[in-house]
Amino acid sequence: MKDIALEIWSSLRRNKLRTCLTGFAVAWGIFMLIVLLGAGHGMFNAFIYSGEGFASNVMTLFGSVTTKPYNGYNQGRHVPLMSDDADLLKKGSLGDNVDEVSTRLNKGGFTLTYGQKHFNNISLNGTFPGAELIESEEILAGRFINNLDIKHSRKVIVITDLLARKILADKRDYDRVIGEKLKIGDLMFTIVGVRKVEENSNEHSEIVPYSTLKTIFKYGNEVDRISFTFHGLPTADDNEAFEKRVKAVLNTKHHAAPDDEGALYIWNRFTQNQQINKVTGILEAALWILGLFTLMSGIVGVSNIMLITVKERTHEFGIRKAIGATPWKMMRLVMSESVVITIFFGYIGMMLGLVACEVMNATVGQQSLNLFGDEIRLLKDPFVDIGTAIGATVVLIVAGTIAGAIPASKAARVRPIEALMSSGR
Amino acid sequence: MIIELKNIHKTYGGAQPLHVLKGIDLSIDEGEFVTIRGASGAGKSTLLNILGILDTYDEGEYWLAGNLIKGLSEREAAHYRNRMIGFVFQSFNLISFKTAVENVELPLYYQGVSHRRRRELAMEYLDKLGLKEWAGHYPNEMSGGQKQRVAIARALITHPNIILADEPTGALDSVTSQEVMKLMKRLSVEEKVTLIVITHDLHVAAEAPRCIHLRDGLIVE
Repeated sequence: MKDIALEIWSSLRRNKLRTCLTGFAVAWGIFMLIVLLGAGHGMFNAFIYSGEGFASNVMTLFGSVTTKPYNGYNQGRHVPLMSDDADLLKKGSLGDNVDEVSTRLNKGGFTLTYGQKHFNNISLNGTFPGAELIESEEILAGRFINNLDIKHSRKVIVITDLLARKILADKRDYDRVIGEKLKIGDLMFTIVGVRKVEENSNEHSEIVPYSTLKTIFKYGNEVDRISFTFHGLPTADDNEAFEKRVKAVLNTKHHAAPDDEGALYIWNRFTQNQQINKVTGILEAALWILGLFTLMSGIVGVSNIMLITVKERTHEFGIRKAIGATPWKMMRLVMSESVVITIFFGYIGMMLGLVACEVMNATVGQQSLNLFGDEIRLLKDPFVDIGTAIGATVVLIVAGTIAGAIPASKAARVRPIEALMSSGR
Repeated sequence: MIIELKNIHKTYGGAQPLHVLKGIDLSIDEGEFVTIRGASGAGKSTLLNILGILDTYDEGEYWLAGNLIKGLSEREAAHYRNRMIGFVFQSFNLISFKTAVENVELPLYYQGVSHRRRRELAMEYLDKLGLKEWAGHYPNEMSGGQKQRVAIARALITHPNIILADEPTGALDSVTSQEVMKLMKRLSVEEKVTLIVITHDLHVAAEAPRCIHLRDGLIVE
């Protein structure tokens, strides 16, 4: 091992400039691969995984419009969800898969007043305790809605951190807003909690107890959506079958055809995530291919240089063979030189790539675009994971071996008499 | 009998095939010192290449220390060269980026001898040839005679059965030539090695008890 290392070192030392120029191509290839993958991850994280932190096994039901006439009703009838629909989900065979259920009433267009500050077009979300578990809410200060709030229809409100920052004039000590009063219409609400929202998610409503929203603002038993967590549905087919059963049960209650696909709309985060994962998988594969193509030019460079080296050293290889070097030993010498060049410069490229990812994170990653009132981040955590780094290392070793293969077999085929005659005589 | 050649033929192919060796029969005993002479094109180098398993022959048999040398794989040929044959060339053929001692120990590297043992043996042989102080020097820092002595040390270090020398004094002045030949002769006796030397030089040829003359691919002893 040590002998091979010394041989390679002495060979590389004699051709410093050439080695560096060749190595640059490899370093560049790996650099591009890492930066592409890092930026790709950053974009996925920013755009697709904005729902990160939610429980992934959540379905949400929305009322919709029937597509079939049934039981004396015409098609095209609006089916409203009712608060007692939630109870059906926990009963019978559906209950075997359903865990937590939470209903929600969403109303928009409120104006909130805090002291002299007015906040327009705020939507309120009436919900139940337990919703924070389904939605994986992160409570930054205070608490979420509790059972007493529901029972007494208390005028309490859990606000978003975005609103809290507006109240606090951009400061982040959220504890200070707890207990403060917010005026909605003519009523005073007490702030009991602050929850964190993703900047570019759509879930920007302030949360009040369901009963409060229902009674004070005189809405009936209607709810906008019913969310529930589930278990025991591992595949997309299982999910589809389960969704059909849910529809059949609720459709029957609402006098719609059990097989009417349109009366209810079901949004399934689990299957949606599966699809997203598929898409990200394809995009990532595309990035890998792009990166590998860039790397390929580096590999061709190394191969080329190794060919020249073998040509230059034909005489020396002839001497080595005359005094007893086997073809395999000649091959190993050239091959390991190629692998060493590739790995050494590859790692330099990888390090620079990781630094570039850090730079991306510190610059572009901290900026966000304001698009139609929504804050959108371009990149979030544009890094590569350890698996990618290991993958890139494997790629380097394979690349070095491929680059060395042709030159090494040439070296192995050197015929000593011809080599010894080729020069030096 | 260390070397036995029976009716060796060699033809170089091409547009005009060249029949170089036309039936060589030759026996050389262990420890003999033999010179091979002949005009250019007589087949001296071809014969030496065949003896050194650097080249193949078309017809006949070559026995080296009881082994038939025929149809060997590259690996086997390398093995025989490494263990049984030492080469000394006219142009020295030292590796220019290796020091004298590194050049001498190279055959042992291909035998898989440990770094330390190799260095010890190489220093021992350089000492025998009076080059101990030159061990760390590169070939281009040495005179022709010194370089050839390094090459001789490299040929001897594996205790080969035969040493094949192709015009070993061809690039040296007459005084140095004499020295080198005396040295080779002395060492071949000390190390009990069969020494086969190709030469034009009559003085060199005169050193050997047995002289083989080649003419047009045949031995005319």
